[in-house]
Amino acid sequence: MKIKKWLGFILLSAITLSAVAKPVHIAVAANFSNTMQRLVTEFEKTSDYQISVSFGSSGKFYAQIKQGAPYELFFSADQVKPDALQTDGLVITASRFTYAIGRLAVWSARPDFVNKIEANLKHGAFNKLAIANPKLAPYGSATLEVLKHLGLIDVTRAKWVLGENIAQTYQFVSTGNADLGFIALSQLLGTNKAQHGSYWLVPDTMHHAIRQDVVLLRSAAKSQGAKAFLDFMHTDMARNIVTEFGYLTVNNQNVVHKI
Amino acid sequence: MSLTDGDMATIWLTLRLATTVTILLLIFATPIAWWLARTHSWFKGPVSAIVALPLVLPPTVLGFYLLLAMGPNGPIGQFTQALGLGTLPFTFWGLVVASMVYSLPFVVQPIQNAIEAMGNRPLEVAATLGAGPIDRFFTVVLPLAKPGFMTASILGFAHTVGEFGIVLMIGGSIPGETRVVSVQIYDHVEALEYAQAHALSGVMIIFSFTVLLLLYTFQRKRKAVGMTYGR
Repeated sequence: MKIKKWLGFILLSAITLSAVAKPVHIAVAANFSNTMQRLVTEFEKTSDYQISVSFGSSGKFYAQIKQGAPYELFFSADQVKPDALQTDGLVITASRFTYAIGRLAVWSARPDFVNKIEANLKHGAFNKLAIANPKLAPYGSATLEVLKHLGLIDVTRAKWVLGENIAQTYQFVSTGNADLGFIALSQLLGTNKAQHGSYWLVPDTMHHAIRQDVVLLRSAAKSQGAKAFLDFMHTDMARNIVTEFGYLTVNNQNVVHKI
Repeated sequence: MSLTDGDMATIWLTLRLATTVTILLLIFATPIAWWLARTHSWFKGPVSAIVALPLVLPPTVLGFYLLLAMGPNGPIGQFTQALGLGTLPFTFWGLVVASMVYSLPFVVQPIQNAIEAMGNRPLEVAATLGAGPIDRFFTVVLPLAKPGFMTASILGFAHTVGEFGIVLMIGGSIPGETRVVSVQIYDHVEALEYAQAHALSGVMIIFSFTVLLLLYTFQRKRKAVGMTYGR
C-alpha cells in the first residue's frame, strides 16, 4: 500500500515537474502587461503548458532577441520591431499577426478636470502634457498625429514632457506632475484606476491604427507550447479579453470599418 | 563616429549639470563631512547610513520617490510651490536636486576620510595660536584635506555624468533641459539607432576612462590623506 502511494506520488510529481520544467518563454510589450496576465491565467486553466512572461520595452526585446535571447514568442508594441526581425530572418513569417490595436486616451488625475479634458487640452489649461516619446513608442507617434489633427502641436510643444514608454507617461500623470497625458486606454481599464480623475477617449480616426504584432521566433519553430498559445490568441475568448482591456482586435476593427 | 546636433546638446547639458551639482555638493557636503568626522554623537551612525543610502538603493526607486516627493502633492513639491518656484520634476534644477541626493555619498565620504586622517592635532595647534574656527577651516583644514576635496569633486562629477535611472524617472526627456547623454544613448538604442548609440557611448567611455585615469594617477603621485578612496 505504502509503496504504491509513494510510487503514485513520485509519478505525479514527475508529471507535474515535466510540465513545469518547460514553460513557454514569451516577451511582451509593457503596455500589454495587465491584459497578458489575464490571458495567461485563462490559458493555463485549460492547457498543460505553462507560460513564463517577461515584460519590457519592445526596443530592448529586439536587441536581446538578435543576441539569442531564449524567447519563443514576441508580443511587440508595434510593427516596426517584428518587421526588423523578419528582415533579419529571425521569425517564422507565417505566424505573425496583429494581436491588439491600441486606443489612445487623454487622462487627468485631477478631479476638477472631469468632463473638461477635451476643452482643457484645446485651451491649454494645463501645466504639463505627458506624451510617450514619439521616436520610441507607437503611442507617442500616434499622439503626435492627434495633436497635428487638432492643430495643437506648436501651441502645446513647450509643455510636453516625454515618457520613455507609455507606462512612464502614465506615471507622470498619476503622480500629479503632469495635469494631462496621452496614455493607452488599456492602462485605465486594466487597473481600474480611472476612478480618480477622468479621461477622453481619442477618436481612432485621428491617428493611424496602433497595431501590435506578435511573432513566433525561428529558434522556437518547433515549440508546441508556443503554437498552442498562439492558437489560443486567435480564439474568441482571448479576443474578448483583449477587447475588455481597452484594445481593438483585427476582427472588430474590420466590423467598425464595414459600418 | 559622427555626433548629431542633438547629441552635442546632450553632452553640453550633461557637463553643465555635473558642474553645477559638483559645486553645490562641495558646499553642502563639507559641513556634513566635517560633522561626521569630528562628532562622537549617537547620531553619527544613523546620519552616515542615510548619507550612504543612495549607494545601495536602485536609482529607479530613488527616482520614483523623488518624483512623488517633488510632485505637486509631495512634501518637497508643496514647499517649492509655497516659495513660488512651481514644481521641480521636468526641470534642470529638479535634476540638480536629484543628482545631489544621488551623488552625496561620493562627495561626503572622501572629505570625511581626509578630515578624519588629519586628526585633531593641527586644529588644536592652530587654536592655541589664536585662530578662530573659520580661520582654522580655511588655513588648516582646506590645505591639509585638499586631496580629499579633489577626490570628492572628481567622483561627484563623474558619478553625475553616469547617472541614468533617476534622470529617466523625473526628467521627461526635454531637449536642452533634461535630456542628458545617458538618456540620449538609451533613446538611440530603443529606437534601434545603434550606430548613433555606439558613437555617443564611445565618447562616454573615453571620457570616463580619462577621468578615472587622472584620479588614480593623481593618487599615486601624492600618497596623501584621504586619497585612497575608491580603491
